[in-house]
Amino acid sequence: MSEQKIRVLIAKPGLDGHDRGAKVIARALRDAGMEVIYTGLRQTPEMIAEAALQEDVDVIGLSILSGAHLALVPRIVELLRTEGLDDVLVLVGGIIPDEDVPTMHEMGVSGVFGPGTNTEDIVNHIKSALAARPDA
Amino acid sequence: MPDDSITTLVQDVLAGSRRALARLITRVENRTAEAHTALAALYPHTGRAYLVGITGAPGTGKSSVVNALTRTLRASGHTVGIVAVDPTSPFSGGAVLGDRIRMVDLAGDRGVFIRSMANRGSLGGLAVTTGDVVRVLDAAGFDYVLIETVGAGQSEVDIARTAYTTIVVDAPGLGDDVQAIKAGILEIADVLVVNKADRPGVENTVRALRTMLELGHRVRPTLHHGQLAPPTRFAPPEYDFWQVPILKTVATENEGMEALAEAIERHRAHLQESGLMAERARHRAETELIERLREALLVRLLAGRSPDDLEAVVQRVVQRELDPGSAVRELLDGR
Repeated sequence: MSEQKIRVLIAKPGLDGHDRGAKVIARALRDAGMEVIYTGLRQTPEMIAEAALQEDVDVIGLSILSGAHLALVPRIVELLRTEGLDDVLVLVGGIIPDEDVPTMHEMGVSGVFGPGTNTEDIVNHIKSALAARPDA
Repeated sequence: MPDDSITTLVQDVLAGSRRALARLITRVENRTAEAHTALAALYPHTGRAYLVGITGAPGTGKSSVVNALTRTLRASGHTVGIVAVDPTSPFSGGAVLGDRIRMVDLAGDRGVFIRSMANRGSLGGLAVTTGDVVRVLDAAGFDYVLIETVGAGQSEVDIARTAYTTIVVDAPGLGDDVQAIKAGILEIADVLVVNKADRPGVENTVRALRTMLELGHRVRPTLHHGQLAPPTRFAPPEYDFWQVPILKTVATENEGMEALAEAIERHRAHLQESGLMAERARHRAETELIERLREALLVRLLAGRSPDDLEAVVQRVVQRELDPGSAVRELLDGR
C-alpha cells in the first residue's frame, strides 16, 4: 500500500513578476509524477524555508529573473540549514549569468537551469540526485 | 530510517516540533508501516481539536476563506492546522498543489501549520489518508484543524464524515439554481457561505440557496411577519434543529469572517448540547472501521493468490463464461 512521491516546492523569491517559467516547470514536474507545491510570486526567503519545512519537500525550485540571485539564494540556503533542512535539493532557474553558476554551486545549489533547458533534463537531475542521497 | 526513530518522531510531534510533524505527515501520506505505529501511539492524544471542513466548487474562494478565517481564529488566540487537498493527475500521478498561493497572509505565524495534500486518485474530495493526517495535527495540539477539499462541487461528501462543522462555499455567477438541486453538497452544509459577495448577482445566489434549503426542510418556515412557524413533523422543535445560516463574505477583504467564526461556534455548541456530537463520533468510528476492514480483507484475500489466478477469473468474466457475481463467490470460496 505504501507509495512514495517526490515532493517539490516551486517558489519565486524576490520582486519580479514573471512566473511563466515557474509554471511551466511546475507542470512538467507534475507530468513526471511529482507532487508540486506552487507558492506563487514575491516570496521572501523566510516564507520559502517555512513552506519547505511544513510541506516536507525533497526539492526546492527557485525561479529568479530579477538578478538578485546572489542575495536571495545564500539567505534561503542559510535558513534551510537553520531549520535542519540541509538534505533538501535546491535548484535555481531563470536568468543566472554563466559566471555566477560556480558561485551558486558553492552556495549549495544542486543545479542551475537557464532558459531553453529541456524540462526532461530537470526531471532526470532530480531523480538521480535524490537516488544518490544517503537515506534514499 | 531505522525503525526506532518513529518513536522519537512521535515524541517530537507531541513536544511541538514542526519539522517532526511535517516528516510524520509524509509517512502517513505514504502509508508506511511505521506510520501505522505512530498513528496508534498518537491516537490517545487526538479528539481535542475542532475539525472544520471547507468545500465548494472550484473558483468560489475556498482557500481565501481558509486564509481569512484562520486570521480571525488566530486573532482570538487559537492555533490552526490546515490541510488543503488538490487533485492528482490521473495520467501522471503527479499534482500541482496551489492552495498556499491564497494563504500568504499566514506565513511567519508559528501558530499556523499548512499542509498541501494530493488526493492520490481518491474520489470524494479528500485523499484516503486525509483523516489520518488530520489526526496527526490534532495530536500535535492545534485548537482548530481546517480541511479544504478538492474543488468539484457535487460529490465531495467525504468531508462531512471527517469534519464536525462543514462549510460549503458558493459564489455569485457560477451557474443556475438547478446546479444547487443536483448536488448532494447542500445536504452536508452546516454553514453556507456566499463568498465574493461584492460581485453582482449575490442576492440571487443567496435566494437560490435559501430556496433549496427550504425544499430540503432545513429551514424553519417563517410566518407572514417573520416569526418562526410552530414545530411540525417537517420542522422539529428548536432544540434539535440546526438552522443552516447563509453568510455573505468577501474573504480577500476579510469581510464577514467574524460572523463565520461565530456560526462555527454556534454549530459546535448545538452539536454538543443536542448530543449529536457523541452520536456522530460513534457513527464516524463505525464507518471508518468498516471501511478499513473492507480494505484489509481485500488485501488478505488477494495475498493468498497469484495474479495469474485472478487474471484467469477476469478472462472468464470477459468471455461471458462467468458472471461477476458468481466470480466473487468463487473467489471467496477459494475454489
